[in-house]
Amino acid sequence: MSKKITIEPVTRVEGHGKVTIHLDDQNQVAQSRLHIVEFRGFERFVQGRPYWEAPVLVQRLCGICPVSHHLAAAKALDVIVGAGTGEGLTPTGEKMRRLMHYGQMFQSHALHFFHLVSPDLLFGYDADPAIRNVIGVAMKHKDLAVMGVMMRKYGQEVIRATAGKKIHGTGAIPGGINKHLTQEDKEFFQTGPDPMNIEKMIEWSQASVDFLKNYYKEHKAFIDEFAYFPSNHLSLVRKDGALDLYHGVLRAVDHEGNKILDDVDYQEYEKYIQEEVRSWSYMKFPYLKHLGKEKGWYRVGPLARLNTCDFIPSPMAQKEFEEFKSLTNGKPNNHCMHYHYARLIELLHSAEMMKDLLNDPDLMEGELTTKGAKIDRGVGVIEAPRGTLFHHYEINDKDQIVKANLIVSTTNNNEPMNKSVNFVANKMMNGQTEISEPMMNAVEVAIRAYDPCLSCATHALGKMPLDVSLYDAKDNLIDRKITQ
Amino acid sequence: MAEKIKFTIDGKECYAEQGQTILAAALDNGVYIPSLCYLKDLIPAGSCRICNVKVSGRFMTACTTPVNDGMEVENNTPELEELRKSIVEMLFVSGNHFCPACEKSGNCELQALAYKYQMMVPRFPYIFPEKEVDPSSPKLFIERNRCILCKRCIRSIKDESGKSLFAFKKRGNKLMINLDHELAATMTDEMAEEAMEICPVGSILRKEKGFDQPIGHRKFDKQAIGSDIKSVI
Ligand code: SF4
Repeated sequence: MSKKITIEPVTRVEGHGKVTIHLDDQNQVAQSRLHIVEFRGFERFVQGRPYWEAPVLVQRLCGICPVSHHLAAAKALDVIVGAGTGEGLTPTGEKMRRLMHYGQMFQSHALHFFHLVSPDLLFGYDADPAIRNVIGVAMKHKDLAVMGVMMRKYGQEVIRATAGKKIHGTGAIPGGINKHLTQEDKEFFQTGPDPMNIEKMIEWSQASVDFLKNYYKEHKAFIDEFAYFPSNHLSLVRKDGALDLYHGVLRAVDHEGNKILDDVDYQEYEKYIQEEVRSWSYMKFPYLKHLGKEKGWYRVGPLARLNTCDFIPSPMAQKEFEEFKSLTNGKPNNHCMHYHYARLIELLHSAEMMKDLLNDPDLMEGELTTKGAKIDRGVGVIEAPRGTLFHHYEINDKDQIVKANLIVSTTNNNEPMNKSVNFVANKMMNGQTEISEPMMNAVEVAIRAYDPCLSCATHALGKMPLDVSLYDAKDNLIDRKITQ
Repeated sequence: MAEKIKFTIDGKECYAEQGQTILAAALDNGVYIPSLCYLKDLIPAGSCRICNVKVSGRFMTACTTPVNDGMEVENNTPELEELRKSIVEMLFVSGNHFCPACEKSGNCELQALAYKYQMMVPRFPYIFPEKEVDPSSPKLFIERNRCILCKRCIRSIKDESGKSLFAFKKRGNKLMINLDHELAATMTDEMAEEAMEICPVGSILRKEKGFDQPIGHRKFDKQAIGSDIKSVI
């Protein structure tokens, strides 16, 4: 805190997703780009700070999924305080953190689906934005709106009970957790008055999956075709190949399902992952080193996770997983719009995992933390709602952080989101010299599939603010549309 | 009761020992006068000025002024509360207090006073002073950005021979708290714990302990500062 850091306005996270499209002499799309402004500032803010402050400080990166940053930082610091990587914690420490994480995953996925995606599904992607929003859903489909609100609330209450507060809590500390689950909270989550109990949450999660499957049946062509492109997929998986959102080893598969990275200890992530800087974007482009920049980029998030894992260790979600896998004959699913489907299967999985954990006596008693010999470097990786999240810290012998590197989920999805925008531009802008309303809508739908952590993507009314500029071959701006 | 002196605070009849300060007597009588640098059983410093009261129309620091027989003390008046609030705001702008990431949050007396006075935005411009942290002691992390120069540590954390482990360094607006590293090397865990406890803000941090107290169990999570004062008379 001894140095002043000036943040130029342009480096702030702002409310618009910016897209630029360049046409050639024949008015064909020559290039399209999504410009995302990223939060690199935090890597500087934490320098010089005492290491144990990081999980509380860095979670301020985000108001939507702060728990992911809180836990990824805590996991990195577990390594530093000698508590091991993931498996080394006490049963209470690990299980309380897992409960916090599933609560987070549950509320974030519910928010995304009900508040941001359901308006598109219910009213159609081309519907008037004035009704295609969460208020519109509340007016016309009250049941769905209530489900969305209550599921989110349930997840947030789980976060409150484990982290101390619904947003920006302090539960995870280096080497474990700072509290047990109270009997009162446990009973509330298990048998609270309808709908605030785990049975109802599981029922509603299943209903959400069913709702999406029905929608899929009716709109198969659109869902399968829109912004489809093959890619690699990366995530953590449990050692035995199971889906694990809290801890595991890194695995990546190519679009055919061949493992291109497997059983990698994420402490070594720098050996395998490189971040490319491109002059036109503030956000870096990560890729797998051994495949190079052109071929090494990958998708992360719900779709990627269901592509990398072999099975889901909870019965209802596993059943859905099998059906999901059968759509692509067991091969990786490269359909952009299937992110929504995969996200809801994870919603169901998170609910099932919470139910199991709530029955576990370790949450209520037992040692909270553990420590060993301190070392000066630690990496924490977690599967955040939006995808794989890396936190890497190094400390000096005075307990100050001297280096931090974060690769957030949305950064990992930078190239795929650009590819999705390319898809839309090529499909809709060739030969056009004006930006149309359907084009704006399509860009919005393509980006939203990734649930990126831009403030624009989580706009309260579900209408993503976009700023799309069209340039001719001589670089003259010929059209610009901005939605608020 | 015979040797006690009678006085009033906001019209309430109170009793004090001979030589007792207004602040100490007020607490004994179950009356809260806000303060930051005051700590029971320590020689008062009178530095933070939060405990300003009015006696015979004059402002006095309650922690340094002895009670006189028949004294009429004004404490809980809009004028005094506004003055105290402005001091709290001044303390906020003259340091770098970022509560969201501070481990003393919930246990911090300055923060608790800001809540008590419903401080939203300070009326003074932020200074954002440049302060250096001192991380070099094995047990303590000194976070000078948050120090309010109350001297509580200097007055209370001493070694066996009575030598203070803390002292002020430099002068004027460069004045800063300093930890004697030779003495700090002999510090026990209990002393380190006590030092963190004694600091009203998050300036003295016990290393590697941060955030081990869950939200809901911190000093001011459930009750406002001063609301637990009970009469012992
Ligand atoms: S370090 Fe704490 S106790 Fe010491 S003078 Fe500063 S604020 Fe007061």
